[in-house]
Amino acid sequence: MLFRKPPDVRPSEITDQALYLNRRKFLAGAGALAGAAVIGGSRLLEIVTPSTVAQAATLAVASRTDYAGGEKPTLLKDITNYNNFYEFGTDKYSPATGAKQLRTRPWTLVVEGLVKRPKTYDIDTLLKLAPLEERTYRHRCVEGWSMVIPWLGFPLGTLLRQVEPTGDAKFVEFTTLYDPKQMPGERTNVLEWPYVEGLRLDEALHPLALLTVGLYGAELPNQDGAPLRLVVPWKYGFKSIKSIVKLRLVNTQPATTWYKSAPTEYGFYSNVNPEVDHPRWSQARERRIGEFLKRKTLPFNGYGDQVAGLYAGMDLRKNF
Amino acid sequence: MNARWMKVAGFVLCLVPLGLLAVRGLTVGLGANPIEVVTHQTGWWALTLLMVTLGVTPVRRLSGWAWPIRLRRMLGLFAFFYAALHFVTYLWLDKFFDLRDILKDVGKRPFITVGFTAFVLLIPLAVTSTRKMIARLGGKRWQRLHRLVYVSALAGVVHFLWLVKKDIDEPLMFMGVLAVLLGYRGVAWAWKARVAVRQQRAAAGGD
Repeated sequence: MLFRKPPDVRPSEITDQALYLNRRKFLAGAGALAGAAVIGGSRLLEIVTPSTVAQAATLAVASRTDYAGGEKPTLLKDITNYNNFYEFGTDKYSPATGAKQLRTRPWTLVVEGLVKRPKTYDIDTLLKLAPLEERTYRHRCVEGWSMVIPWLGFPLGTLLRQVEPTGDAKFVEFTTLYDPKQMPGERTNVLEWPYVEGLRLDEALHPLALLTVGLYGAELPNQDGAPLRLVVPWKYGFKSIKSIVKLRLVNTQPATTWYKSAPTEYGFYSNVNPEVDHPRWSQARERRIGEFLKRKTLPFNGYGDQVAGLYAGMDLRKNF
Repeated sequence: MNARWMKVAGFVLCLVPLGLLAVRGLTVGLGANPIEVVTHQTGWWALTLLMVTLGVTPVRRLSGWAWPIRLRRMLGLFAFFYAALHFVTYLWLDKFFDLRDILKDVGKRPFITVGFTAFVLLIPLAVTSTRKMIARLGGKRWQRLHRLVYVSALAGVVHFLWLVKKDIDEPLMFMGVLAVLLGYRGVAWAWKARVAVRQQRAAAGGD
């Protein structure tokens, strides 16, 4: 089967067949090849770093706190080019380009439900609602990869206390923008739209739960959930809902998107837990983006000291 | 183009996916999670080449061309080659050769179990792919053994279907292609059986 003579096939012949048989993969690769040949090293950097990053407005940072044990944050180009954001496609590389078309102004957040003072906030009001803290958190995806991200925001509790939840309020339900024109993924039925997430009220009031407007000192890039997202560092990433338009205080457990899609795989709590595997893969270890070897996953993503108390007496295998 | 050049072209073509992966890796890089990219690419190409290999017989029968059959062994071996790369990526870059962890995975996670099965079934086929082995086994037995490729392909597609989170479009596409390829064989087999029965009847009537 190995040829005896070195191949001297006409290049044109090979190209034609490759184009025909493997158009998609071939073009992607050919693009990379052409890119490498034509453009110098500095230009290559631009290709892998979306321009939205450069355009994002910087934000005033009131304080900086490291919650990741001194670990160096993941590269911005990785944080902005490797995203799970099904509203812009199910693969992790499309949101970087697909989310560019998302208009984040004007943008409002409706806070309603079991609150004494329901209110609609303009995003620019929210940006000034509280001093913006930079918090470097570990971020663990349910798929087994993780990052370290310097988020910018303020505790969700600050907002919740403003609207004053009533005594009946037990949960907070979050909703992402529903606009299939801007979010092409919402035209598919891969998930039920709009994306909905939820927290128990005491979880939402926990000081680590961060209402987030930026990262790396600037406004959130669209693909990372602009202009407003949640960050709950002790839970799997999908709990940290992106591009939020509504926050509703309710007294029953919200029907959250991934839970509805596969209740046996994505629990309502979804606390990071190396002891409880996803039914189809292990959660014992994770790959930190930028690292070669996998590392051990920590219970509550390493925030057990602060948050384990929220779940005292609960069976975390049952309430996964 | 003669058969020999067809083979050379096929050989080079089959190396293109690996070449592009290497070029991308060395130039623009493979993105935030290179190991995932390598795993997905090698797996995707193993499945694709398996489908192409399974397409050889139907194409030959339907078109009457003889040349595809000359490429079949090479295509099958390339499918095995990419499957082996895929498997090694898993062993090395995902599990770091932690045997206990791997055994746990194979036993506990259906998508790994079925993917592992798909790969293991290809091993005897690759081993018996030489002319010598065909001669040693005898055509009939060799053919029967190589029907394992149907099981392997099915296991491979199920592996893909079970591992994705929610976006099952692509695995279903593979499933559709496989259904056509195996369906063709089913129909061809039934047709042959019918013709044989008719011939027998005709022969009996003639007595």
